[in-house]
Amino acid sequence: MSGFLLRRLGHGLVSILGASLVIFIISRLSGDPTALLLPPDAPPDVIAATRTELGLDRPLWMQYLIFLANAVTGDFGQSYRWQMPALDLVLERLPATIELACAGLLFSVALAVPLGVLSAVHRGGWIDRAGRVLAMLGQAMPNFWVGLLLILVFSIQLGWLPAFGRGGIANLIMPAIALGWYPVAAQTRIVRSAMLDVLESDHIRLSRALGTPERLIVWKYAFRNAAVPLLTMLGVYFAAMLGGAFIVEVIFAWPGIGRTVVEAVFSRDFPVVQAGVLLSSVLFVLSTLLVDLSYGLVDPRIRHER
Amino acid sequence: MSDSTAATPPLPMPRLRALLGLRGVPWLSLIILGALLVAAIAGEWLAPWDPNDIDLGAAFQPPVWAAGGDAAHLLGTDNLGRDILSRIIAGSRVSVVVALYAIAFSGSIGALIGMLAGYFGGWVDTVIMRLVEIQSSIPAVALALILAAALEPGLDTVIIVIGLTYWSWYARIIRGEVLSLKTRDYVAFARVAGVSTAVIFRRHLLPNIMNTLLVLATLQVGQVIIFEASLSFLGLGIQQPDVSWGLMLSDARQYITNAWWAITMPGLAIMLTCLSANLFGDWLRDRLDPRMRQL
Repeated sequence: MSGFLLRRLGHGLVSILGASLVIFIISRLSGDPTALLLPPDAPPDVIAATRTELGLDRPLWMQYLIFLANAVTGDFGQSYRWQMPALDLVLERLPATIELACAGLLFSVALAVPLGVLSAVHRGGWIDRAGRVLAMLGQAMPNFWVGLLLILVFSIQLGWLPAFGRGGIANLIMPAIALGWYPVAAQTRIVRSAMLDVLESDHIRLSRALGTPERLIVWKYAFRNAAVPLLTMLGVYFAAMLGGAFIVEVIFAWPGIGRTVVEAVFSRDFPVVQAGVLLSSVLFVLSTLLVDLSYGLVDPRIRHER
Repeated sequence: MSDSTAATPPLPMPRLRALLGLRGVPWLSLIILGALLVAAIAGEWLAPWDPNDIDLGAAFQPPVWAAGGDAAHLLGTDNLGRDILSRIIAGSRVSVVVALYAIAFSGSIGALIGMLAGYFGGWVDTVIMRLVEIQSSIPAVALALILAAALEPGLDTVIIVIGLTYWSWYARIIRGEVLSLKTRDYVAFARVAGVSTAVIFRRHLLPNIMNTLLVLATLQVGQVIIFEASLSFLGLGIQQPDVSWGLMLSDARQYITNAWWAITMPGLAIMLTCLSANLFGDWLRDRLDPRMRQL
């Protein structure tokens, strides 16, 4: 287990380092940051001084190492716009994003589990077919459009839910649905096929033969086993939620990392963009790492294999 | 099979039919996709109005079936009196162009890289797979955001962003295919016989991954269209005065309380296109490559 764990941690670290390099290179593509910081008519000696101060006169690889060393200590530089450390700005918004991602995940699982289980139990029945239609629709609707339609119906027409901002549960409902809608299809499919496998297995047949009530068989004996594939994939879906949150946060004016980074992109606030994107990559890697660890926890066979 | 089929060699047309199996063809999907292509190519002549024609007197007209609708604007008008149907038709070109270029770009790069990784193995494989892992550790939208911040937003940037996001998807799957192809006898014989690597790639590997590539490309259409719409919606994709469905939605969001149709119609265009492309892709996959059903 510990060898496997170390190797996975190593891979995760390489991924994050790689992501930081990609982010650094792309940021430098946009040209000289001094042009953003100084007025266009700044005298050459001021420009030169700023370049030295920012370390832009050094070779590129050294600039990257400095960027990396600073990033490790949590220093991404000052936000050009807000005049505060970029990382602090992003970290301040982190809880809102995590709250949204959790709510989105909760919504999708709460919909996918019953749908998947019932589709497997009544294979080919109307729930199975309805679930498939729902899944196809979900995959074809962009999350921001789902969000806009929800606002249109529940905020504007009916006036039931607030259209933007963060606050109580009411504020959370629509963003969570918009975010959680997309993965429902894939999750339903996972639960359904796992359930079909389990329902065919010997121990279920035995319980059936023994006359165990069907309800108990489905939800207690079968679902417990069928939940494993979904459980282990939750980290991946959580990571996907973090990605999807960028645009959903914009729609609902949700004060999270996504909206902050999008705004920073428009004001060319590179320190904030870098901090936000790298932070979301770290979260992404961490959640996929959790997936691999949970495999080991849930299924001891994997622990010994590697 | 039986003797009778051996005695009468099938004509070319039935053979193609047998290959694809016309049973269960998603005709509706094909019709919608065909209409999209026609709109993209011949939009100027089909659209009832110029998509950028401003007519403030006709602003906020609902669709023809709603109260106050006018047959001149079937799907209604937006805040500047521009005809929504004409703008949807104009926007189809962006969707088609982005889908074609982005899929060709990411598919060819991804396939080549995947073939290299699968065929050569060893350190080439290790490096490539690490790159794939790095790429997938940055959320796609985040990568798009930082690229869009660094480059000028526009059609080219959208295509580059999508290409850089999706190549790893192709690479991962094609690598797996090539790993198993490589062990086939004919590839081994070709190698022993001294056939050059380039020829092995072209003659023995590429034809065998063509089906997979085709299926992947079809399944990617819907995702690409949604991705483009998302970027344009955020203001990081297609820019005014060009027309894109995502951009229309971003405009319509400003006056969402006044015109439900301006939010609904472009979204329906996106949904119908993606639905058709996905259904067609599913059908193609079942026909050509049933092993990939879990994709």
